[in-house]
Amino acid sequence: MGIIEAAKLVFEYAKYSEEGSIESVVRAIDGVDLDVKAGQFIAILGHNGSGKSTLAKQMNAILTPTEGTLYVDGKDTRKEENIWPIRQTAGMVFQNPDNQIIGTVVEEDVGFGPENMGIPTEEIWSRVEHSLKSVGMWEYRKNSPNKLSGGQKQRVAIAGVVAMHPKCIVLDEPTAMLDPNGRKEVIRTAWELNKKEGVTVILITHYMEEVIDADKVFVMDKGKIVMQGTPREIFAQVEELKKYRLAVPQVTLLAYELRKAGLNLPDCVLRVEELIEELEKLKCQEEEKRGNQN
Amino acid sequence: MIRDITIGQYYPADSVIHKLDPRVKLAGTIVYIVSLFLFQSWIGYVIATIALFSVIKISKVPFKFMVKGLKSIIILLMITVIFNLFLTPGETLIQIWRLKITKEGLMTAVFMAFRLIYLILGSSVLTLTTTPNNLTDGLEKALRPLNKVKVPVHEISMVMSIALRFIPILLEETDKIMKAQMARGADFESGGLIKKAKSLIPLLVPLFISAFRRASDLAIAMEARGYRGGEGRTKMKPLIYKTRDKMAYIIMLLYLVCMIVITRMI
Amino acid sequence: MAIRIENLSYVYSEGNAFEKKALDQINLIIPDGQFIGVIGHTGSGKSTLIQQLNGLLKGTSGKIFYNDQCIYDEGFEMKKLREKVGLVFQYPEYQLFEATVLEDVCFGPKNEGLSPEEVKERAIEALNQVGLSEEYYEKSPFELSGGQKRRAAIAGILAMHPEVLILDEPTAGLDPKGRDEILDQIKKLHTERGITVILVSHSMEDVANYVERIIVMNKGCVMFDGIPREVFQHYRELEKIGLAAPQVTYVTKGLEERGWKIDTMVTTVKEAKNAILKSLGK
Repeated sequence: MGIIEAAKLVFEYAKYSEEGSIESVVRAIDGVDLDVKAGQFIAILGHNGSGKSTLAKQMNAILTPTEGTLYVDGKDTRKEENIWPIRQTAGMVFQNPDNQIIGTVVEEDVGFGPENMGIPTEEIWSRVEHSLKSVGMWEYRKNSPNKLSGGQKQRVAIAGVVAMHPKCIVLDEPTAMLDPNGRKEVIRTAWELNKKEGVTVILITHYMEEVIDADKVFVMDKGKIVMQGTPREIFAQVEELKKYRLAVPQVTLLAYELRKAGLNLPDCVLRVEELIEELEKLKCQEEEKRGNQN
Repeated sequence: MIRDITIGQYYPADSVIHKLDPRVKLAGTIVYIVSLFLFQSWIGYVIATIALFSVIKISKVPFKFMVKGLKSIIILLMITVIFNLFLTPGETLIQIWRLKITKEGLMTAVFMAFRLIYLILGSSVLTLTTTPNNLTDGLEKALRPLNKVKVPVHEISMVMSIALRFIPILLEETDKIMKAQMARGADFESGGLIKKAKSLIPLLVPLFISAFRRASDLAIAMEARGYRGGEGRTKMKPLIYKTRDKMAYIIMLLYLVCMIVITRMI
Repeated sequence: MAIRIENLSYVYSEGNAFEKKALDQINLIIPDGQFIGVIGHTGSGKSTLIQQLNGLLKGTSGKIFYNDQCIYDEGFEMKKLREKVGLVFQYPEYQLFEATVLEDVCFGPKNEGLSPEEVKERAIEALNQVGLSEEYYEKSPFELSGGQKRRAAIAGILAMHPEVLILDEPTAGLDPKGRDEILDQIKKLHTERGITVILVSHSMEDVANYVERIIVMNKGCVMFDGIPREVFQHYRELEKIGLAAPQVTYVTKGLEERGWKIDTMVTTVKEAKNAILKSLGK
């Protein structure tokens, strides 16, 4: 059984007019089926307003399904008594680093989750130490969060979730407000947690470069999952992605353009090195051909 | 400009004062403030000065930081001094036109100024050496008896600690929105009172919206991390009195006795 | 020449424990009509620099000239400068405050003291330029989507008819399509109205696709200043300060290292494609 399993998941919310009557009902998630296996690194792509953040909030039982079901580690999110265990199982990191740090000192913030869980004091300290070390922020434990860079703040937020010993971390556009360095820091941290601690990671983003290593990519549009597959399968469909307001990494686009111009390149190239190799191969072949002709 | 406000800003350093239990520091601050209003004589000031400056010295917080907190009360200070200086009846020292400076006036003005300054410095020691969370923890525990009369002590202290965390963020935001509106030709300085008040709308509306957005984000983030009120929570930094805290209480008591005895005797 | 910066330095919290030199002896000339990209990592001084250009921050030393007049001269009208040098901050949608989109865009021109008709005319023109049609005029700015809010906020500056338009990270947080839409509209403004545009960005790909000149900031100084093809040749130095060249530059550089005869001065997909095809003899 997967750690996160959604079946025909629907979420609707009402929009109210100024008089307070229901004006319209918005279907933010529309029949999503999802099966995430423990230990995977999953990416969910989608433009602003595609429903990907709403889906993320379902995984932490901040929102619950209108129709259909969502099971987190075998627990039904619709059941009231499951809410707290689910929030421990699936931790969540949000977009704005300033609006999710509660403590005024880094270590106190990381301790906030364990405190809520009623963990004994000594164990809180060992958890705080372990999680700050695992995100590389141990030497900043006495600092005020206000003095940290965006990337560092997000790593503290991740540590705050790690200290709750979750099986799964949902990162809801954690890099949207960061600069390129901060983005790299956060993505690297997420990968380390996945590899070293075996935590399942669900990364929600619209930066394509961040998902090329993921085990599986889902693309959302209008509350539905419209594409799914390995990054290679997804990024091979340049035109399709454009339809969903997304783009491919620049090197993938270059390979695509070259293929359109008649070069015999593979369906999808994800990395700079890969494209260089492929072009090199191509050149050798051509030279051989020319050699044979002579 | 806005960033100069020291109150609520923690200064990290490794000192005994930093390590003291926040309840001790709260009590100490109250004792100190009370003591400032106990005495009238100069010897009281000498003791209060010695006490204050030794604490500042031990706390390892640079004096510059303490003084920064005074900037915000400078106008209040001036008004107090001027009122006392000119409006206290007594033996005239200097007379300019109709304004008289009396000996008593001069004395009260100086004493009042010192009181105010010491009051701010004394409370700055508390806020500079105690993290806001620690402080609210202290308050929560000190006020726990009020729980019995249905005062939501935990909630109040949580509200305070969050407010303290967001003050610097909101100040920075104010600065940013002000600049953004100035780039659109907004003028926050000139004009009469009504015009000035009106000119604040482009600043206040976005600021409130942003504060609400932050509040709602934060509420979700807290819930996502399993927060459900004070019940069943443990503490990462539980407050337990140590020897140094007991010592501090004794010193405090000595100080208070000293003040009372000396002011009664002289 | 529109803007000239001479020996400009700026120190934060001078004479205090947090003293920090944000700008160090900057000299720049920004002629009329250029499309300039300013890049640098967080804390490099780029945000401080652009706030100097419309007088929101005043240099600690040095001078800035706008059309040959020093903006620090006594009697210089800062308000007029801010009309001419429009600055769009990062996440500008957070400054929206009026009840309707149209009224919000009117705020700038209204402050210029124009007649109500002219104010409205300008607001409508600006909203057209950013691609917000009439159906949005009477909506509350808070009902719009993220990308639309961003565009409404940019319109608020455009309605002031600036001669120089500065944008700090105008695409932050937008999806790829939203990014392209905003940048295309800015490009169009630049070509149609001939205004100077200064684009502050983290995205090397965006900068390379749109600008004709790049200024690289590092530690409060100008590190490189030139056309994109030249600046990105320094990709090793750029990497050291936490920046990079566009991915396609790395492709052609990599091919050159393997003995290809190829033009490595490429910064866009199109240039790279042509260079590779040419090198393969196609």
